[in-house]
Parts: sequence; C-alpha cells; structure tokens
Amino acid sequence: MDIKTNKKGANVDIKKKENVDFFHQVVDCQYACPAHTPVPEYIRLIAQGKYTEAYMINWQSNVFPGILGRTCDRPCEPACRRGRLDDSEEPVAICRLKRVAADNKDEISTLLPDIPKEKNGKRIALIGGGPASLTVARDLAPLGYDITLFDEQTKGGGMIRSQIPSFRLPDEVLDEEVNYVLDMGISTHFNKRVDSLKAVLDDDYDAVFIGTGAPKGRDLDLPGRTEGEANIHIGVEWLANVAFKHTDAIGKKVIVLGGGNTAMDCCRTALRLGGEQVTVTVRSPFATMKASPWEIEDAQHEGIPILDNHVPKEFIIKDGKLTAMRFEKVKAEFDDQGNRSLVPLDEPPVIIECDDVLIAVGQSNSFPWIERDIGIAFNKWDMPKVNRTTFATTLPNVFVGGDAAFGPENVITAVAHGHQAAISIDLHCQGQDIKQRPAPDVTLLSQKMGVHEWSYDSQVSNDDRNIVPLMELQEALKNLNNEVELGFDEKRAISEAARCLNCDMQTVFTEKKCIECDACVDVCPTKVLTMTSKEADEQILRNKLTVPAKNLEQPLYVSGDLATGRVMVKDEDLCLHCGLCAERCPTAAWDLQQFTYNEATACDNLAHKAD
Amino acid sequence: MTYLRPDFRHPDAPTNDLGYTSKDYEGALSTLCAGCGHDSISAALIQACFEMSIEPHQVAKISGIGCSSKTPTYFLGNSHGFNSVHGRMPSVTTGANLANRDLKYVGVSGDGDSASIGLGQFAHVVRRNLNMLYIVENNGCYGLTKGQMSATTDIDSVNKSGMVNEHQPIDLVNLALELGATFVARSFSGDKEQLVPLMKAAMSHRGFAFIDVVSPCVTFNNNAGSKKSYDFVREHNEATSALDFVPMKDEITTTYEQGSSQEVTLHDGSVIHLTKAIKGFDPCDRRAAIKAIKDHNERGEILTGLLYVDTDPTDLHDMYGTSCKPLNSLKEDVLCPGNATLQSINESFR
Ligand SMILES: Cc1cc2nc3c(=O)[nH]c(=O)nc-3n(C[C@H](O)[C@H](O)[C@H](O)COP(=O)(O)OP(=O)(O)OC[C@H]3O[C@@H](n4cnc5c(N)ncnc54)[C@H](O)[C@@H]3O)c2cc1C
Ligand SMILES: Cc1ncc(C[n+]2csc(CCOP(=O)(O)OP(=O)(O)O)c2C)c(N)n1
Ligand code: SF4
Ligand code: SF4
Ligand code: SF4
Ligand SMILES: [Mg+2]
Repeated sequence: MDIKTNKKGANVDIKKKENVDFFHQVVDCQYACPAHTPVPEYIRLIAQGKYTEAYMINWQSNVFPGILGRTCDRPCEPACRRGRLDDSEEPVAICRLKRVAADNKDEISTLLPDIPKEKNGKRIALIGGGPASLTVARDLAPLGYDITLFDEQTKGGGMIRSQIPSFRLPDEVLDEEVNYVLDMGISTHFNKRVDSLKAVLDDDYDAVFIGTGAPKGRDLDLPGRTEGEANIHIGVEWLANVAFKHTDAIGKKVIVLGGGNTAMDCCRTALRLGGEQVTVTVRSPFATMKASPWEIEDAQHEGIPILDNHVPKEFIIKDGKLTAMRFEKVKAEFDDQGNRSLVPLDEPPVIIECDDVLIAVGQSNSFPWIERDIGIAFNKWDMPKVNRTTFATTLPNVFVGGDAAFGPENVITAVAHGHQAAISIDLHCQGQDIKQRPAPDVTLLSQKMGVHEWSYDSQVSNDDRNIVPLMELQEALKNLNNEVELGFDEKRAISEAARCLNCDMQTVFTEKKCIECDACVDVCPTKVLTMTSKEADEQILRNKLTVPAKNLEQPLYVSGDLATGRVMVKDEDLCLHCGLCAERCPTAAWDLQQFTYNEATACDNLAHKAD
Repeated sequence: MTYLRPDFRHPDAPTNDLGYTSKDYEGALSTLCAGCGHDSISAALIQACFEMSIEPHQVAKISGIGCSSKTPTYFLGNSHGFNSVHGRMPSVTTGANLANRDLKYVGVSGDGDSASIGLGQFAHVVRRNLNMLYIVENNGCYGLTKGQMSATTDIDSVNKSGMVNEHQPIDLVNLALELGATFVARSFSGDKEQLVPLMKAAMSHRGFAFIDVVSPCVTFNNNAGSKKSYDFVREHNEATSALDFVPMKDEITTTYEQGSSQEVTLHDGSVIHLTKAIKGFDPCDRRAAIKAIKDHNERGEILTGLLYVDTDPTDLHDMYGTSCKPLNSLKEDVLCPGNATLQSINESFR
C-alpha cells in the first residue's frame, strides 16, 4: 500500500475510500469472509448472551447462519489474527460460534423484514434453488419484487440439501433457514427442470438469475467402468440419492476415489449405510489433499483409512461383477518450475477388494439448456461470460451467481454472489447503471468510557481453542441423521468468544496531540509501534521498525509529521487491540475506535431490530 | 474493562545470548501517570539489560521514595529489589554491595530523593566510588507529592501554578564530578538512542557510574515555562557526541569517520565509541567536562551524553581489600578461621 495514501490525519475521514479500505483490511476475519460478515461484533454479542442479535447480524450478511455455523468453509479462520500470535495459537472457532447464536436464539419471525403486499411491478425468475438464488430472493423480496423460483429438486436448498449429509446438517436447520426465504412470498416451482433459457426469457421477466450450481460429477473412464456400472457411482449423484431417500444401502466393502470434501462426505455416508470396510484413495500425497483439514480429521476419527499416492488404474470385474480395483503407487516429484508430476514407483500394483466404488474426483458445470444464439456469450471453458463485480452476462437482464458463475466454490461464496447479483438486478430494474455499486455502510466511533474503561472487553484471553464435543462414535454411526457435532455449550462458547481480539476496535492516531513521550511504544506488548524518521520507501520503513514488519499482506499505519519531524508507524500485523497504547497515552493521541463495516445489500436495514 | 497487559509478545521478538526475550526483563505494568518520562527510563533499562544478556537474578534494584523510586517494580521483575527509605538508597546499596560484590547494582532515585533529603548520602556514595549504576530520574519536582519545586528546579523555571523559582538549583552532574565520580553522564528520557548505550557503558564501568536523566513529569511539570518539559528539553538539548557501546566479547564492525571519533576502552575491555558533536570534547578530562557543562548552562542549554569517564578506577572493594567472594558464599572454616588466627590478630594489636 502506498504509505502516502494511508496517512491518517487528525480526524480520520471515514467517508474516504482509502481509509475505509485500510480499516476493513485490519479486521482479518471480516475481510476474508466473502460476504464480509461483521465477525467480532457478533462474537461480542455471543459473549454477552445476546444470541438473537448475534444471529440477526449473521442473517443480514450471510442468510444461513445455522447452516453455515455447521458447514461453512470458513475462509475467515485461516485469516484470523489469533492464529498468527504464536506457533501454538489457533484461530478463533468463528464458524462454530455462529452455530451457538443459531442454536440459542429466540423466535425471530417478528424480526424478519416485512414483505410488501403491493408489489413493485417487476418480475424476477430464479433458476435453481441453492444458496445463491435464495440470497437473491431474500434481498429482493422485501423490496416488493415478484419472484419465481424453479428447481428440479423436490425442495429448496440446492446442494446444501442434496449433498451435505444430515449427520453434518440436520434437516430442521436446513428447512428453517430455507423457509425464512421461501416464506417471503416466493412462488416456487419444484420438480421443474428448466430446459430452455429462451423459454424463460419469453415469459417477459424483468430479470433472470441463474443459480444452477455445478451439478455434474466427473467420471473416471478406466477399464471395467461399463461392466461394473451397477456398483460404480458418481459421488454427487449418489449423495443426492441418499439425501432424497432413493438409496439407503451400500455394499460392505467400499472404495471412495478422491481427496476432496465430496470424498469425505461419501466415505462417512457409506459407513452409515452398511459399509464396513470403507477406504479412501487419493492420487496425490496426503499433504496436498483438497479436503478441508477438519473434514479429513472427522473421517479419520471415524476410522476410515486414507491411502495417498494411489492412482486408480482398473475396475476389476469377475463374472460380470465388480470385485476389486487396481491401483498404481506413485510419488510426487517437482521440476524446476515447481510443476508436480506423479511418478510411478517400481512396486507391484495394489489390489483392493470392493463391492461398490464412489467416484468423487470433481464437479463441473454444464449449460445444455442455455441456447447459444440468444445473446449470452460463452468463454473457452463453455461457461457464460460473467462480470466479477456485477455478475451480469452479456445479456443485460440475465445474471449468474454461485457455483454456476465461475465453477464450484462453497455456500458462503454463493451467498456473496447472490448479494451482488441482487444489487445489480435492483439497479437494472430501476433503470440505473449496474456499474455504480452502492458503498458499504461504515462508522468509526471512540470506545472510551472512562479511566481504564473501554466499551469492549480488551483483556486478551490465554485460553486454547475450544474443541467441539462430538456424539459418542458408536451412537453417531447408528443413524445417518444423528448430528455428530454437539456444538459448544455456554461455558465453551464464552471461553471461545473471549479469545477474539476485537480487531474491529481500531487504533486511531492524532499526530497533533502526540507529545512523543514514548509511552505507547514502550507499553505495546507486541512492539508493533515505532517512532522513527520518515522513509519514502515502504520496504526500508518495514525493515527498520522495532520488530521488522515481514507480513506484507498487513498494512503499515503511518502518521503525518510529529513535532520532531518523525512519524508514528504501526505494523497492523500483530496488534492485539488491547488498548494499552491508548491507555498509557497522556494526551489521547491514540484512541480505540470501533469500525463498523456493513457490506451494501439490496435490502439494507430492512430487518427489525431485536429487543 | 481491564487494565492488564496481555501475555502475548511478538512471535519474531529477538532473543539474546541467554535465549531470553525482552519479556523476561519486564516488570509489572506501570501505575505512574500515562506519559511519565520515568516509564521510558524503565523501558531503556529493560532494553539495555536484555541486549547485554544480563542474567536477571544477577541484578539488584535499590531505590528510595518518589515516583522515580517506585519504578523498579516496573522493570526486571525477576531481579532482586529493595525499595528503601527517602534519600537512603545509597546506604542500603553500599551495605548490599559490600555483602555481595557479584551482583550488578542499579540504584534508582529522583531529584527530590537525591538532591534534597538524600544529598548527604549522595555525596558520600560518590566519593566512595561504590561500584553501581546510580540513576536520578530528574523531573525538577516532587512528582509523588504533587509537584512541589525541588532542589534541581532550574532558576526562572515556572511551575504549573505560575510560581517562578528563585533558588539556585543543584546540578547533580557537577556535584558528582567535583566529588570524584568516575563515570558521569546526562541524558533525556525521550532519547533512548543515547540513553541505552549510556546505561550499558555505565553497567560495564567498575566503580560509581552516575546518569542524570532529565525525565519530564507529564502531570506537574510539563507546562509552558518549565525547564524540564518535553518541549523545552528537546529544544535545548545538545549532545557531546553520539555513542555506540560495544561489549567486550563483540568485534567492532562499524567503520567510523576519522578525526571526529574517539574510542574509550573500559576496564572490562568493552568499548565506548563516540562520534563527536562538539569539537575537541574529551570525555576523559574532568576539568574540561565541568567547564563545558557550565558553559552550556550559561547559554541555557543542556549538555547531554557521556561527560566523564575514568577507565581505570579504584572502587570501594579495591580500597578496603574486602573479600573477593560474596559473604553468603563463605563457609564456616573461612568465617571462623580458628583460635590460632584469633591469637595472631590479637597479638598484632599489642
Ligand atoms: C458433497 C458436497 C459437500 C459440500 N459441502 C459443503 C460444505 O460443507 N460447505 C460449503 O460451504 N459448501 C459445500 N459444498 C459446496 C456447496 O454445496 C456449493 O458450493 C453451493 O451449494 C453452491 O450454491 P449454488 O446456489 O451456486 O448452487 P447449488 O447449491 O448447486 O444449487 C443449484 C440448484 O440448481 C438446480 N438446478 C440445476 N440446473 C437446473 C435446471 N436446469 N433447472 C432447474 N434447476 C436446476 C439444482 O437442482 C440445485 O438445486 C459441498 C458440495 C458437495 C458436492
Ligand atoms: C522521610 C520522608 N520525607 C518526606 C516524604 C514525602 N515525599 C515522598 S516522595 C517525595 C519527593 C519525591 O521527589 P523525587 O525524588 O524527585 O521523585 P519524583 O516523584 O519526582 O519522581 C517526598 C518529599 C517521605 N515519603 N519521607
Ligand atoms: S492496541 Fe496498542 S498497545 Fe495493544 S497491541 Fe495494539 S498497538 Fe500495541
Ligand atoms: S503515548 Fe501518546 S503522546 Fe506519548 S508517544 Fe504515544 S501517542 Fe504520543
Ligand atoms: S506525578 Fe509526575 S513523576 Fe509522578 S508518575 Fe505522574 S508524571 Fe510521573
Ligand atoms: Mg522528581
């Protein structure tokens, strides 16, 4: 970042984009969240037992707090500052705290936005009923849009319903949060596959949103594939069949091919449907598996072996029936450019017996139902060209979001896309320029309440990350619907919430007030403050700080000139937001100010306030 | 609400030769007024001891009474300490030092503690050349008792309530030089680049090392008209030289400009490297130092830096030929050498 542009003057002008961007980046978790959920704010509310308010903050920004509190890919957690504090520190369990809010909230129906009886005269079609489409519906219905949703499944929720097994996400939680949206007067057409976009467009909708996901599971064309067909299943199709109760059993010996999250759900589901020897095989080394570490951990906890460096070569068929699979063992080697190749080892092939095989080696998009001559341009991967900011296609009234836009991602990304697409649809329907994006709602307010008194709990807890208690293993495996994770109890929730460093409590500096007494520099526990001579080159400045600022992803806060001509420099990387700098400053040149950042959505502030 | 220091420190915080980080040299969180110069001096001591890899248990902190004398609680929390009586830090330190010469003694006092009630004790510890670092945290007032003028308040200095000081101030630096101190320096709490190497050199000096540190009292003596305020000191401070301290075990790697620099090798082999700001100033010339201080004083300037050092001093233990081992390590056979020895001692008095 240009150190000249991130200078903070006496009165930080929070309307300036450069200042908003700076402070936004300091709140690591919120910044990393695709939907920019105000994480520290809801964590503080949980610590105070204000679960309903914590839930509603989440609901406003991510629409599915109960679902996400159990299943989110949680990009916020690797970003969490707590994880950088020292080698043994782990991030705050942000995701599972969200579940605490969802599990303990009161009835929220009265807090939901009112849906106008009188519609605004604009009709919107949503194709697909996954989280992306539902977010668009949630954001537009309160504004009076007339919304019609089509999905080929029997119920809403998309892949959250068809793929995420019920031992990770109970149906009641899913139904509750999907229904908050559908009950906003959305006309739903389930069991209705859209076979022609042209036909939908011919119905004169003012805008169409495509949220059809990445529904196709990849296949593996190996010898024996056709002969073994009856016992070889595509993972996502098989999971959907289980979810919709078309499948309720599997053979005793099961091989799951693949190292992603789908493979983890497949193997754990198989274990609950009669699988006794379930084995996961991965082509590459264990360390490079795509699945989230916690999903791998959960599968291993259930006793499922994961064999890495095993490349599948053949489905072995005897008497017209699948009996085993042949694998070749490999090792990963890297060339000068760092490109990986899997080199076969000089070892005999590995034969693993099996009754069934689940193929979980990736998903892809497919749009056979979009006519190629109606004005929607496609790219070289045969995907519609979609604008990354507006989610518009080359046809002005057609928008795409979620997995359908740029390939498979996750629920929170689908939600974030949905919010942006809803803004575009609203602007489009109101005849405005969709490129003029609404600014986020931001405030910056001092939190000083008195001597040694801040509005927030500035003490930094030493607790280790709390572990989510699990249902006893045997009990958990008995029934597909037994939720494995029990969630945090109140004691754990409070301990976990206290681990949050309140990174939205920003240190704000007023150089005119500073008398250069060194008190802040001396007291700062992590030594992130330095008063030093000015430096035009940021790298030189970073190197000469008390502890050199090595994390280039974190900005430097550089003040204007002090009386001696020096500047105050703060490396944001490891600030604990403990407030001691402000506490020890005789002139209040440092102050702790809460930065609130609410990403704009089409339906800002329509929900009713709790209490 | 809290007022507690978190336990976390920077994961890249450097370690010293003992494997310690500066956290191992910290003390309790200060209860002095926010912005007090004394806290910066504590921070400088932490830095100096950390960088010199001093074992914390090899240090004894002794103080009198005052805000300054409270500070040993706020640094070197793993060291020995004795918070004594007003103005009596020198005698307590003398006793401790005679009993155990192996410890490093850091005496912390204030201008009230040393120049008023303790002036007699100060004078005698100087002339005895007790091996210690003696710091006066000089704010020109009695901070702890709410800012009354002290014996070091400068002439014409105006206090917070508008009163002008008409008494002659005592300059402890000059007094120390007159009384034969073997290491004398003045510094400013707001200048750690100067203060930290001075502290290191002073702790390596075998003999009495005195540092008068101008340390603004942010609450009672930081007003316009005060001559010990942050602004006044910054404007009127002239350093004899910039200095580097190179411990005995390290090789000198920096190259210094010829002519304007001087090296002073201390008794233990460590080197103070001076890059002179004042032409011809020689820190080994006691008379010249006294003159330079007076000249600056007349011009209303504060001369800081290393003012005088005697590189081969005789400390109190040398003078008295005391036990070279700490008394607590002496066994019964040494402490009670037997009847024959007693007889021969008695004989020598006949
Ligand atoms: C096994 C598995 C486990 C997963 N686990 C997680 C997890 O734990 N956490 C996480 O964040 N993400 C997870 N994901 C990813 C996540 O489910 C998706 O990223 C997310 O659901 C995408 O949302 P979407 O709204 O874009 O589309 P989808 O959820 O895929 O919804 C698309 C909907 O469109 C319908 N549809 C498609 N074509 C048509 C058509 N022509 N006509 C009518 N309807 C149509 C489909 O039936 C479907 O209901 C998982 C994915 C899989 C495969
Ligand atoms: C015997 C005795 N006399 C008087 C006092 C009152 N008293 C407490 S601190 C102090 C002066 C402290 O001044 P200084 O040493 O400059 O310390 P500062 O607080 O300024 O750092 C006095 C007179 C006392 N505590 N004991
Ligand atoms: S809040 Fe202030 S004192 Fe605390 S870690 Fe951040 S910069 Fe340092
Ligand atoms: S404590 Fe306040 S006045 Fe002192 S240096 Fe820090 S910001 Fe400046
Ligand atoms: S009264 Fe003065 S000397 Fe005492 S703590 Fe406060 S600022 Fe420091
Ligand atoms: Mg004083």
